Amino acid sequence: MALKTEHMVLNMGPQHPSTHGVLRLELELEGELIKNVIPHIGYLHRCFEKHAEAMTYPQVIPYTDRMDYLASMYNNFGYVVTVEKLLGIEVPERVQYIRVIMGELQRIASHMVALGTYGLDLGAFTPFLYLFRDREKILSLFEMTCGARLLYNYMWVGGLSHDIHPDFIRLTKEFVNYYKPNIKELNDLLTFNKIFIERTANIGVLPLDTAINYGITGPNLRGSGLKFDLRKDDPYSIYDRFDFDIPVGKGLMGTVGDCWDRYYVRVLEMEQSLRIIEQAIDQIPEGNVQSAIPKRIKPPKGTVYGRVENPRGELGYFIISDGSTSPFRVKVRAPSFVNLSVLGELCKGHLVSDVVAILGSIDIVLGEVDR
Amino acid sequence: MNGLKQYFKDTWLGIWTVLVGMKVTFKHLFVPAVTIQYPDVRVKLPERARNRLYVNMDDCIGCDQCARACPVSCIEIETVKAVPGEDLGTTSNGKKKALWVTKFDIDIAKCCYCQLCVFPCPTECIYMTDVYEFSEYERQNLVYKFATLTEAEVEEKKKNFEKFTAEKEAQKAAARQNSSASATAKAKAEQKPEQPKTE
Amino acid sequence: MYEILNNIFGNQAVAWIIAAALPLFVFILPFALFAVWLERKVSAHMQDRLGPMRVGWHGVLQTIADILKLIQKEDIIPAEADKKLFNLAPILVFAGSYAAFAAIPFSSKYIGSNAEVGIFYIIAVSSFVVAGILMGGWASNNKYALLGAMRSAAQIVSYEIPSAIVILTMVMLTGTLSLDKFSQIQTAYFWNWFILGGPGDGLTKFLLIPFMIIGFTILYISTLAEVNRTPFDIPEAESELVAGYHTEYSGMKFAMFFLAEYGNMFAVSAVITLLFFGGYQSPFGYLGNSFNIPWLVPIEQVFWFTFKGIIFVFVQMWLRWTLPRLRVDQLMHVCWKFLIPYSFVNLIIVGIITLFR
Repeated sequence: MALKTEHMVLNMGPQHPSTHGVLRLELELEGELIKNVIPHIGYLHRCFEKHAEAMTYPQVIPYTDRMDYLASMYNNFGYVVTVEKLLGIEVPERVQYIRVIMGELQRIASHMVALGTYGLDLGAFTPFLYLFRDREKILSLFEMTCGARLLYNYMWVGGLSHDIHPDFIRLTKEFVNYYKPNIKELNDLLTFNKIFIERTANIGVLPLDTAINYGITGPNLRGSGLKFDLRKDDPYSIYDRFDFDIPVGKGLMGTVGDCWDRYYVRVLEMEQSLRIIEQAIDQIPEGNVQSAIPKRIKPPKGTVYGRVENPRGELGYFIISDGSTSPFRVKVRAPSFVNLSVLGELCKGHLVSDVVAILGSIDIVLGEVDR
Repeated sequence: MNGLKQYFKDTWLGIWTVLVGMKVTFKHLFVPAVTIQYPDVRVKLPERARNRLYVNMDDCIGCDQCARACPVSCIEIETVKAVPGEDLGTTSNGKKKALWVTKFDIDIAKCCYCQLCVFPCPTECIYMTDVYEFSEYERQNLVYKFATLTEAEVEEKKKNFEKFTAEKEAQKAAARQNSSASATAKAKAEQKPEQPKTE
Repeated sequence: MYEILNNIFGNQAVAWIIAAALPLFVFILPFALFAVWLERKVSAHMQDRLGPMRVGWHGVLQTIADILKLIQKEDIIPAEADKKLFNLAPILVFAGSYAAFAAIPFSSKYIGSNAEVGIFYIIAVSSFVVAGILMGGWASNNKYALLGAMRSAAQIVSYEIPSAIVILTMVMLTGTLSLDKFSQIQTAYFWNWFILGGPGDGLTKFLLIPFMIIGFTILYISTLAEVNRTPFDIPEAESELVAGYHTEYSGMKFAMFFLAEYGNMFAVSAVITLLFFGGYQSPFGYLGNSFNIPWLVPIEQVFWFTFKGIIFVFVQMWLRWTLPRLRVDQLMHVCWKFLIPYSFVNLIIVGIITLFR
């Protein structure tokens, strides 16, 4: 007769070193084997959407900063693109170029955190600090431009808060040249390390159909092998002018859509972002960045949905305007929130250590999940 | 046989990639550190750095635009209209001041450093400085009071204004009543001298 | 050592106490303090940081300050913990690592216990740590601690097999279990070290070299796992199990786990030094011998021994700050499917070569 046993319930988080914020995972374990994972969210809920209803359109921008705090620039980007669509204003060329440069720098910075903390989750401490060292350089570029290092409030409806600093172009070029060899260093140190591959290859395999069913976007979807990137498939701003590739997961070390693929897609995306920055820096025209900023933002009645390719996936803003100076409703499609939903599916049948690896590979930001 | 080949390949890769990684970290032993010893050495902040807000009260005209721009409502402004005859001076860019700013509080604990208050200011009197070390033990100490008037002065200005409005009301009423009844107007006129003088 | 002290004091009890306390106060504590500082410095410089810089020159006194802080801290015992076991565990772990030092010859004149079965004793006593870790993990009544303890027990027990096989290889080659004799065999020049085929010359010496290197690598990897260092720090994997078996410990009890870890790091490095790198022997001969100052020789030996030990400790740190950690099943995989077969084959080949010596 078998002994009566029961599964161990382990609460991972909200205070846990590798839940990337205040996520609580309720793990049902049999030994170390995962039977079930229930993510509990909401520890960082700050009522962004409700707040936005009380704010005027420009006042919402600092709030968007605080959603995905690792990619604030891109949150601004998404919001202003959507409001501009609602207002129907044309933005000067220079503004477009600066936005693209900032957005791509932000993508690199965000991926650096994703890759670094992923290494950290798997026990490699050093790549994390190398990546943060380089991220500091990007943040310094941002700080030079708009004065803030994390929450920028830089992109405004119709323009930018500041024009770029006179040294910005030179320093960005320097950064691009400086950073290229460092990607190779990262690959040597972490990406192609045998232990790292063992920990990530064939772990948390996300088949393409499951990914699509769950609405996964961004590097996670591309890691599963689908070439889907809003910058190419639904170009906003001026992304259609640049020449870049969309890296997809090929299952180089194991199965298509495993943790390693999701990780490696991010590495490759950093290279592509560098390419875009190089092109944009060369083409950037002169102009006034504040000429198109409306004096008073009072969009007509109506609804609009705007979406951009955030470093974590499709960031969508759905805005209902009632014709006043503040939005009637702002709904955000947060990529982290949607991507997190697949966690339970991925973790089943893996070990406790793999939960950490899988959670790290889908790269969520709790600020955005809970909003 | 293939399995055996894979076995040796795995062993080799395991050792080789570890050595490659060790090479990278060893090289970094001799790279100078990028960090600095913070309170002793400080990074130079860029000129656009956004840190603690400061209000230059000499230039403030009390227009309340910054408070309205603030998304977190951390600025509280109260003003009293100046009565005629009071000279508040002009701001550095030549605007005439017309309001006594009796209260200009910024709750820095609430401030989100978004700089939205800075842009609408017509006299550029509110701006962000490069001071970033201002922690306090009491949250109350983070409410910065910028208004230059003392409490007594504030009371006085308020009284002055109230009187001025009362006077005006009275004058208006008097003017209205003048046409109707002159007797009441006389009584009002007698009351006038008893009122305290304005500065 | 004990005999000398006994001669000096003429009292067994005093001699015992001093002989027992000496390695602790003269070596383990200062070494642990130094190693913690070294670890922080090594990691910092590998990561382009500076590390501790404030307390003393480049922060050398940082660990002392830390220990002072740890002593002052409140000793928290969880309400639901098994108090007896909870208090016993750190002592047991520390005792395990401390006891290993008894048989380590720091020089030809200083050995805690010159037992004939030195290496055997070290293998036996170092598994003492497992009991302590299991105890701590169980007594904490914390799920993370329990998982950490279970992992640790499995890990240490399995990794003792490859290390024991490699040690067996060396014992077979030399025909002794005494660590002092190990050192004496590898006389005072580096080409006599076992990593370079051992003393003597001829074809067998050169034939032995590759197998010695394999043996050394296996022993190094498995001892790394025995002392729970990255990439085998699974019992305390901070990104998964918070802090593993010592999650609930604070203050001085935590410090004892910490001291034991650093003590252990040196102990296993010492074993490797003794088996493959000439023990306390100098690589280039002794100044004391060439200038005819006999009392200088043991001091030089202590220096060389500590120096070699610290080099291996440094490599352990170097590995820790380079590599990610393995998963618990992969850890077993590495042990049973890679290290053990290789060490067995190594044992057989070395045995055959020894036959023709």
